[in-house]
Parts: sequence; structure tokens; C-alpha cells
Amino acid sequence: VNLKTESKLEKILAAGHLAVTSECGPPRGSDPAVITRKGELLKNHVDAINVTDNQTSVTRLSSLAACIHLKLMGVEPVLQMVTRDRNRIALQSDILGAASFDINNILCLSGDHQVFGDCPEGQNVFDLDSMQLLQTVRHMRDNGKFICGDEIKRRPRMFVGAAANPFAEPFKIRVPRLAKKIAAGAEFIQTQCIYNLGKFEEWMQGVRDRGLHEKVYILAGITPMKSLGMARYMKKTVPGMDVPDEVIDRLAGVPKEQQAEEGIKICLETIERLKEVKGVSGFHIMAIEWEEMVPEIVERAGLFPRPEINAKQN
Amino acid sequence: MIVGEQKTLEEIWGTVREHRKVLVLGCNSCVAVCHQGGTKQAEVLASLLRMQATQHGADIQFEVNGIERQCEHDFFKPVTDLVTGSDAVLSLACGVGVQFMAEKFHTTPVYPALNTTFLGAVEQPGYFTEKCQACGNCVLATTGGICPVARCAKRLLNGPCGGVNNGKCEINRELDCAWHLIVERLEALGRLDEYEKLFPLKDWSKDRAGGPRKFRVEGFLP
Repeated sequence: VNLKTESKLEKILAAGHLAVTSECGPPRGSDPAVITRKGELLKNHVDAINVTDNQTSVTRLSSLAACIHLKLMGVEPVLQMVTRDRNRIALQSDILGAASFDINNILCLSGDHQVFGDCPEGQNVFDLDSMQLLQTVRHMRDNGKFICGDEIKRRPRMFVGAAANPFAEPFKIRVPRLAKKIAAGAEFIQTQCIYNLGKFEEWMQGVRDRGLHEKVYILAGITPMKSLGMARYMKKTVPGMDVPDEVIDRLAGVPKEQQAEEGIKICLETIERLKEVKGVSGFHIMAIEWEEMVPEIVERAGLFPRPEINAKQN
Repeated sequence: MIVGEQKTLEEIWGTVREHRKVLVLGCNSCVAVCHQGGTKQAEVLASLLRMQATQHGADIQFEVNGIERQCEHDFFKPVTDLVTGSDAVLSLACGVGVQFMAEKFHTTPVYPALNTTFLGAVEQPGYFTEKCQACGNCVLATTGGICPVARCAKRLLNGPCGGVNNGKCEINRELDCAWHLIVERLEALGRLDEYEKLFPLKDWSKDRAGGPRKFRVEGFLP
């Protein structure tokens, strides 16, 4: 297998294993223990941990710094980078900064609009969009050049990812949009949380029809519902989220104290079904404010133990 | 056209209250179309300010006038004496007109009565929507004639983002998603396949990022 980076995630995917990633949201403060604790909790059960970049536009400890904390404790981070807050100078600079710590994975995003966060009166940047950030990282890695064309000494060797939302309207461009992200340089995809399996499978059919699943590794986004309230909130309030009524009804059908377990069951059933979908290369488990459940989900889903990959093999 | 919106009376009063003789000057082009800055609105604003002055026991004389455009030298001839004879000018022009006057009348304070809001179209009389941000490097040829720079809240050149909901923007459910409109338009033009063309990194040096812009028409100037 021809590997482009030292990324553990790339090696696992290239070896044909179902990959498992999770995420860690940095704290609203400077205590590194919050990050290392989450790292400890997840490190034996997942292959890599995404670190969100000021998600929902709420100011937090920087994604890059949190990635460094994880890297130093031997955990494989995925640096999430949004184009909302930084121009092309700062983006390229942070990519090099991350590469200097051998952070081998990056997820290129545009980022939630700042109106949702703690600085709605702030300026946004969007010098680049997520597609252009993908192009930029690939250009830096593959051509060893900055955007301006100048040579980079010790190029960043990052495995490059993007997000995909198979559920957002208009549906007719959802497969073309994936194709566009692949053309821009995406090597792996982490999808929006999947609750509407029928819609997801329809999207995957379109993906396979164009052979896109052979050009990119698709990690299916999984978020367990902790309660009926959370399910209702996600359905109503979270942009781009598709929560069918069956999910709501199932949670509503059990006593309150059993809703969390029902949520885990739904999540495990989803994973089982998606394991059979051709072109799904792994799972991205985002247990929002519920990270402690990830090891159990991974074990009960039959995804444990994680494959051993020699970090130096290549 | 340039769209503006009158500031609150409170804020305007705060800027003029210390003067004795104030010229309230309308601008009868763009901002008159949006019923905010023409001579007619200048008359109304002056009346409100006179009432305000009376309530505060302030002796301020408000004179009203208006010219065609406050952004061009020629139109100022009839009001030059009025301006220089006043302690201050309250301009109902857009930010361009206010600055043009401030540069023209170096020792006369000029205050804005409007917030200049955007470059927009008249959807209906009294309803205006933003269409252009004067980025200096028009992209409309490839986006079906709908501008993502002005009309996408993230100015994504390769949109839409994941937040679109029933064709509406994630930041405001009353706002159309520009990329939804672009996709529908490309489809109507039979050009939906062009959606997959990557829009390259944009040259923002033609935009605000490049500093204040100038334009000279070749062969027109002496």
C-alpha cells in the first residue's frame, strides 16, 4: 500500500480495517488536564481523536494546543481547522506549527457562523472556504509549496480530511459535493451524525455509483442520544441535522431512566447496519458531553480491540 | 444603489446639540429612493430636532436643504454659502457623501444622520435587499448570477455549508441560502454539472483587503 503520511489513521484505513475515531472538545479555560483526561479515556478504544476548533463559535482553548497535548501523551490527534477565524497566512502558519509536532491528520472545515457563539459581534474571516483549505493542505504537502509558490522546508505530511453532510438540502448536490471535496484533496471524510439510515444509504448508493468510495475513506458519524430531550433539541435546533420521528418515538417509548440505554442501543444498531454498507470505512463516534460512553460503545459494537499498527512501519 | 437607514434621533441629537446653527442636508439620489436621506426626510428630521431642542431648552437653528448628490463637486454650488455659514452640517447622505463634504469643507463639522447599510436592490417600494459587496473581482459569471460573496453569510465560494435548511440560511430562517439559489439557477440554466468546478482561492486584494480603491477612466482626465 502506498501511504502518503505517517498517520496512524491512514495506515489503519489502508490496511482495510474499520477505523474508529472520536472527538474531544477543548475546555473553556487553560487546564490541560481536561484534554489529557479525555485522551486517557479514549486512547485504547479509538485510532485517532478529533479536536474541535472553537466549535459552535464558542471561544475555547485552541485546537492546535490541545492536539499537541494529545500527541505528547501518545494519542493520535486529528486537528480540526476552520476557515472562519484565520486568513491564509494564519492557516498555513498553524499547519506548519502542527506539522512541527508531527500532527499527521487534519480535518478542513469552514466552521459554524459566529452568530451561534459567544462573540456574535465579531468579524469573520472566510478568506478561504473548506474546499480551498483542502487544496491548500494538499498543495503544501504534495508540492511542498506555500500558496504563493515559495518552497516549504520540511513539508507538512498530513492525512487530509473533510466533513460531509449527506442530509442537507439540496440533496441533489450532496454526491457532487463529495466529489468536489475529493477533487479538492480530501482523503477521508467524517460525516454528520447519522440517524436517517435510509437517506444515508441512498447517499452512499450515489457515492458508489460514481466510484467515489474507492477514492476516499468514509467514516460514518455516530452520536448516541443521551435523552429524549437531546433528540428533540437536535431535531429542532441543530442546523443540518436529520432526526427522523422513529428515533424520537423510540426514546419517548421508554421510561426516562432507560432513555440513555435506548440511545446506546439505537447507536449500536446503527453501527451494525452501517458495517454492511459498502464504502463505509469506519466510524466517527461523537458522544457529545458523554465521552465516557465511547469505550463501551466501541466494545459493544465489536470494534474492540483496535488494530495494532506499528507507528514506524511504512 | 446604496441603501442607508436613519440613525436614532437620540444619537443624531447627541452629535448636533452643542451647535447653534445646523444645516440639515438631504441627498436626493440613492438614499432618497430608500426614503431615508432625501430632502423630504431632511425636513422631517429637522422638525423632530427642533422639537428636541425645545424640550431641552436649547437655542439651535436648523436649516434644511438638499442637493442631487453629495458625492460630486458640481452639485454643491447652490449650497456652498449655506454650508460655510453654518456651525455644522447634518448630512443625510451615505458615508461617501458625508466624507466628500468633510474633505470639501475642511473647517465645518459634518455629522452622519444615516448608517450606510449595503448595496442593494429595490425588491418592492420600501423593501431593499443586499446584492453586492463591491469585492472588485466579480464572480457572477460562474455562480449563475447570484453572488455568494454578498449573499452567503460565510461568503463561501464553494458552498453550500451543512447548515442549509429548506433552502434557508442557518443564521436566519428568513434568509435564502445563496448556494441553494445558485444550485437551482444552475439547474434551470441546464448547467448543474458546473457545480463541481472548484472555485480557486479568491484574490481579495481587489476587495477591502487591498486598501482604499481608486479608479481612473483612461483618456478622460487631462
